[in-house]
Amino acid sequence: MSILIDSSTRLLVQGITGNEGIFHTKQMLDYGTAVVAGVTPGKGGEWVLAGKIPVFDSVRIAVNATGANTSVIFVPARFAADAIFEAADAGVNLIVCITEGIPVQDMMRVRSYLDQKGARLVGPNCPGLLTPGESKVGIIPGNIAVAGSVGVISRSGTLTYEVLYALTQNEMGVSTCVGIGGDPINGTNFIDCLSMFEEDPNTEKVVLIGEIGGTDEERAAEFINGYMTKPVVGFIAGRTAPPGKRMGHAGAIVEGGSGLAADKIESLEAVGVKVASHPEEIPSLL
Amino acid sequence: MKLHEYQSKQFFARYGIPIPKGRVAASASEAKQIAEELGGRFVIKAQVLVGGRGKAGGIRLAKSPTEAEDLATQIMAMNIKGLPVRKVLVDEAANIKEEIYLGITNDRGERKPVMMSSSAGGVDIEQVARETPEKIIRVHIDPLLGLRDYQARDIAAGIDLPRDYWRTFGEIARGLWLAYKDSDATLAEINPLVITSDKRLLAVDGKMVLDDNALFRHPDLTEMRDLDVEAPSEIEARKYGLSFIKLDGSIGCMVNGAGLAMTTMDIIKLFGGDPANFLDIGGGASSEKVAAALRIILNDPNVKAVLFNIFGGITRGDEVARGILSALEAVKTDVPMVIRLVGTNAEEGRKILADADMITADTLADAARKAVAAAASHAGSVK
Repeated sequence: MSILIDSSTRLLVQGITGNEGIFHTKQMLDYGTAVVAGVTPGKGGEWVLAGKIPVFDSVRIAVNATGANTSVIFVPARFAADAIFEAADAGVNLIVCITEGIPVQDMMRVRSYLDQKGARLVGPNCPGLLTPGESKVGIIPGNIAVAGSVGVISRSGTLTYEVLYALTQNEMGVSTCVGIGGDPINGTNFIDCLSMFEEDPNTEKVVLIGEIGGTDEERAAEFINGYMTKPVVGFIAGRTAPPGKRMGHAGAIVEGGSGLAADKIESLEAVGVKVASHPEEIPSLL
Repeated sequence: MKLHEYQSKQFFARYGIPIPKGRVAASASEAKQIAEELGGRFVIKAQVLVGGRGKAGGIRLAKSPTEAEDLATQIMAMNIKGLPVRKVLVDEAANIKEEIYLGITNDRGERKPVMMSSSAGGVDIEQVARETPEKIIRVHIDPLLGLRDYQARDIAAGIDLPRDYWRTFGEIARGLWLAYKDSDATLAEINPLVITSDKRLLAVDGKMVLDDNALFRHPDLTEMRDLDVEAPSEIEARKYGLSFIKLDGSIGCMVNGAGLAMTTMDIIKLFGGDPANFLDIGGGASSEKVAAALRIILNDPNVKAVLFNIFGGITRGDEVARGILSALEAVKTDVPMVIRLVGTNAEEGRKILADADMITADTLADAARKAVAAAASHAGSVK
């Protein structure tokens, strides 16, 4: 068991013929993910990866032909919002957007539309999802995690890999790892994932990796206090980040006194979450 | 990216928002000329991208073109919070009866734009939010529907604006919404929007911040970028597609991934050091990129050690190691280097770097400890 993706995931890749798209499609196939289709407008009818995967002109055609139920998006930022709308309109339930650099007003329109449609988006600007041993959707290196009972939620990419690696080194396995992305407006937040992990019988503990900017960690702390029975361990990046500067991720910024690491750590600790002082400390706190 | 006051107000004017007559000047004589054309009394305003211009003496009232010239000379010799004043705005002075705040920004928590207004205009809105939060009216805008007329009326009523002004206020609010939307702004603000003694509404000051990720849609606005607000090293880094922020410490950081880069800074601090920069070299980490990053880091004379923290994910450790090796050949230095390389093909990567003059570390904590020690001993040897 796991959340969001498992062995029944039938994946389509939007932007499959681009460099990133084709590279990661091969990685996902090698991992065992059921990649059933690709979409690149204007290249419908072609096949990629030695004839393993058919390419379609639109998401709708791809879904009708292959029964894909999940989409992963690798298209450039300026076309990414349209790709998300297209996937939602074609009835895809789970849309994972890897693309970094989507304008924030595009994301506000996307989120408003998706909420009305009832479709779930993970990301954008995220590494995607990994359910070790079953399915990988996105770019998380499959070899750094093993199957187990720790759920991982993170706003970051390589920092997440660092944590997965530390867990593996300590012989701890992962149920599902969800990269929710580093943008100020995303599709799935900490609370969504916490509640899914709470329901998932195979998840026993959760690691929450946050960073400066916004108040999602504070909201997560309230949720943990009210609803979580499973233990949560946290880590917050950016204690030393100067205010007013965007630390790489579009959403990682302390503005007007809001979004400070210290406030997030305090909120989490106040509801009994153990917060690690650095990532290598996480396994011992679990 | 921030726009100057004069740029913001000119942009607002395109959307029918009334602004004072005036123009920007790059010299005192030009300021005098503009004043002569305008007639009456003038406000001379420093165009710098920081708050608190007024308190610093960067906004002055002039009663004659000669006085305008004198004040422009004084203001343009100023340095406000570290920024040189290169231009002044010469505006006709308004007879102000009341000051209102009107702005739109992104509400992250609600995932929607929010229009905010207050009858307590002319001061920093964050100060109003702290001291008299009840004076701020907030209306969330559906990003697919845009600002509706009734919402603008609700705001006008909420700030106790006399009914006579509602229609004009509504037009200004709609104009501000469109200016915000069309420019992909993250902030569009009129502060103050004044009621003049002859009963007009006038946007006396304006501010816009644009979404850097949306600049590809706005080449005309991108040209307005003022490089004074950025450290030269940050401008240089952007050329190479590096995400770099200069800090004041002594340990340079070279990391792949933004979250891991922040974490690396934090752990340096945790073990008693101070990071000299934030740097995300991204996924690829070609030798060219690594070399450029290394040059930028070493240009800072405060840097006494460099910590490389590379997690080999999809980017393999051996590829990154080769990049680092050729970068080290290109950039000669006696500053000590500490490297931690883990993840995919880390073993092969370490072999490649075995002959390089680098201090190796296995864990993040170990790397931070070694970098802090190396910086301390290098600082000692340089003295």
